[in-house]
Amino acid sequence: MTARDEVLARIRTALAADPPGSSAPPTGDAPAPSDAPAPGYRTRGELDPPALLDLLAERLIDYRSHVRRTGPAQVLDTVRAALAERGARRVVLPPGLDLPGLDQPGPGQVGTLDGVELITDGGLSAQELDQMDGVITRAAVAVAETGTIVLDAGPGQGRRALSLIPDYHLCLIDAEQVVALVPEAVARLRPDRPLTWISGPSATSDIELDRVEGVHGPRTLEVILISPAG
Amino acid sequence: MSERTFLGLPTAPRGVGHLRGAEPFPVAARRALADTQLRRNLGKATRTIRAKRAAVVGELPDWEELRDAGQAIKARTMAHLDRYLEQLEEQVTARGGVVHWARDANEANRIVVDLVRATGATEAVKVKSIVTDEIGLNDALAAAGITAHETDLAELIVQLGHDRPSHILVPAIHRNRAEIREIFLREMGDVDPGLTDSPAALAEAARTHLRRRFLSAKVGISGVNFAIAETGTLCVVESEGNGRMCLTLPDTLITVMGIEKILPSWEDLGVFMQLLPRSSTGERMNPYTTMWTGVTSGDGPQQFHLVLLDNGRTAALADQTGRQALHCIRCSACLNVCPVYERVGGHAYGSVYPGPIGAVLSPMLTGVEDNASLPYASSLCGACYDACPVKIDIPSLLVHLRARHVDEVAETHRVPSPEAVTMAAASWVMASPARYEAAQRAGRAGRLLGRGGRIRRLPPPLSAWTAARDAPAPPAQTFRAWWRDEHGDTQHGDTQHGDAQHGDTP
Repeated sequence: MTARDEVLARIRTALAADPPGSSAPPTGDAPAPSDAPAPGYRTRGELDPPALLDLLAERLIDYRSHVRRTGPAQVLDTVRAALAERGARRVVLPPGLDLPGLDQPGPGQVGTLDGVELITDGGLSAQELDQMDGVITRAAVAVAETGTIVLDAGPGQGRRALSLIPDYHLCLIDAEQVVALVPEAVARLRPDRPLTWISGPSATSDIELDRVEGVHGPRTLEVILISPAG
Repeated sequence: MSERTFLGLPTAPRGVGHLRGAEPFPVAARRALADTQLRRNLGKATRTIRAKRAAVVGELPDWEELRDAGQAIKARTMAHLDRYLEQLEEQVTARGGVVHWARDANEANRIVVDLVRATGATEAVKVKSIVTDEIGLNDALAAAGITAHETDLAELIVQLGHDRPSHILVPAIHRNRAEIREIFLREMGDVDPGLTDSPAALAEAARTHLRRRFLSAKVGISGVNFAIAETGTLCVVESEGNGRMCLTLPDTLITVMGIEKILPSWEDLGVFMQLLPRSSTGERMNPYTTMWTGVTSGDGPQQFHLVLLDNGRTAALADQTGRQALHCIRCSACLNVCPVYERVGGHAYGSVYPGPIGAVLSPMLTGVEDNASLPYASSLCGACYDACPVKIDIPSLLVHLRARHVDEVAETHRVPSPEAVTMAAASWVMASPARYEAAQRAGRAGRLLGRGGRIRRLPPPLSAWTAARDAPAPPAQTFRAWWRDEHGDTQHGDTQHGDAQHGDTP
């Protein structure tokens, strides 16, 4: 008997004595009935969009992210200001960042912005990424209640290593990408994509429960929130 | 000794891994209690986490509803575990992963060793994973000439200190900053001798020490927090980014997962991604979570292996009452609220699963006989049940396992155990008021044994009780004698119902 068959047989033996009807039927047998009771926990937030953005900003800052708020027409200027303040010299971009006003270099190509070298990823090695001062990405969704941004490797986000190895991560979030609650984010995300949930810079509390920001992931996370209200 | 369990299902084998301590809990606990540094570290750490957890749990108006949902999802998962595992296997395989099944620790270790060997690598980077510690994977890899580098800061401290983890979430909770600095200076080799003991400096030293390893790693090894049957998605929750490094940069990723870690549906993450971080680190959300499904071209490891491990879990599943111990999501909230854990720490439990949940889970995986003292390592105060995000009724499970232990000993031994003799004697005495009163009178003689109101050592067979705890010295006067003195009723004061009005006699 293979290990697979044996483990499955053990499980069936273990469950065989369960009284019939003692458990809920397995999921996926049939579509959930339309009159199925809603879960008891919250699945929809109640905040209006401005309050939602305020909450996201508050929660990001609470977990040591830097936050800038701007309007759609000023995104590039805000990026410039952030990079200047950071003192970044070489910054990697994922393909398809779609930053209005920026003529993004093609994959593997180098451009400049205010003297900062911008390199679009075309398969840089881990060691090459380690030479970058920072990375600029977009995100797939943000969760206000927990101060979380989620990257799904979609356009403008790139492969996972990009937002991991450089020490500074600048992330652009559009207002319509913000949801209030974790279940709303889960509903928006696609499980067939590699997902990275980020809530603040990398941190550890392993030494006497003292929180230290910055271990292996980017030690600085900066978020630009984009909304018509600025 | 038999390893007989419910339905004859095998428990985790002896001689491999870290589910059994070298000595019983009371012996290990006595030594731990004498370590004042350990108690100071533990007291500070558990107080800090308790306060953080309470604050972030208090923010959610639907915390109890989330706990209910978590409990229901886990109960459903266990009831159809075979089906969900087959579904997971199908999804992972369809997305380019390879699924392996392991009956026990030895088989899982063999599978992982062979997989690493096949890559030609002699090193691997590891994400903190209790299940790989449960099966003793690092020892098996070392025996095969493969070095496993722990990359979680606390696991690194434990590994460099040639030590054992003592907490599910903060494995080096028993070490303070000065001890950690000494370990780094002694073991790291490449560390600046001017290293201070500030946590930031120590974290920086770990970053520098591991950076080169991450960037050149060929093989990553991880456990998993959740696996979604419906989609084949695996999920690892962490803080430092070492997890992302191990899950993203190597060419080959090998993930070991206990079969109970599965969740049926994608939407279940909406519940568990709220329950786990708030219960565990006391954060609204942990800094990093990685979710991946099979292999993604051009992003992350291009070879992915998932090892599904039994190692006593099906034996636990067969115990319909005990089964809920498998619902555990390893948040460690029960450790941090436990008055016993707070004083003795994790090492006293002997197993990689310490604290209240460990006192239940370890004996279920090994068979109660091999961890017989753990179900008694509790005052049954119930704080663990209140803190558990999936509402595992740990106090009831502890009592259930004590009963299982007494029954199993009675079945395997012709001579009844001290517990069985004591309980049978108590029942004989308490069945008759006259015998009960005589026993109480005799018990007053016990005052002669006591000092300062405590009896520290009783003669055998009652010494089994006082070996681990003091017994209160009996009062000078029994309740019944006091009642007679106060009410002057010598006629009926000792009737069965204590009711003189009816004048009935026993």
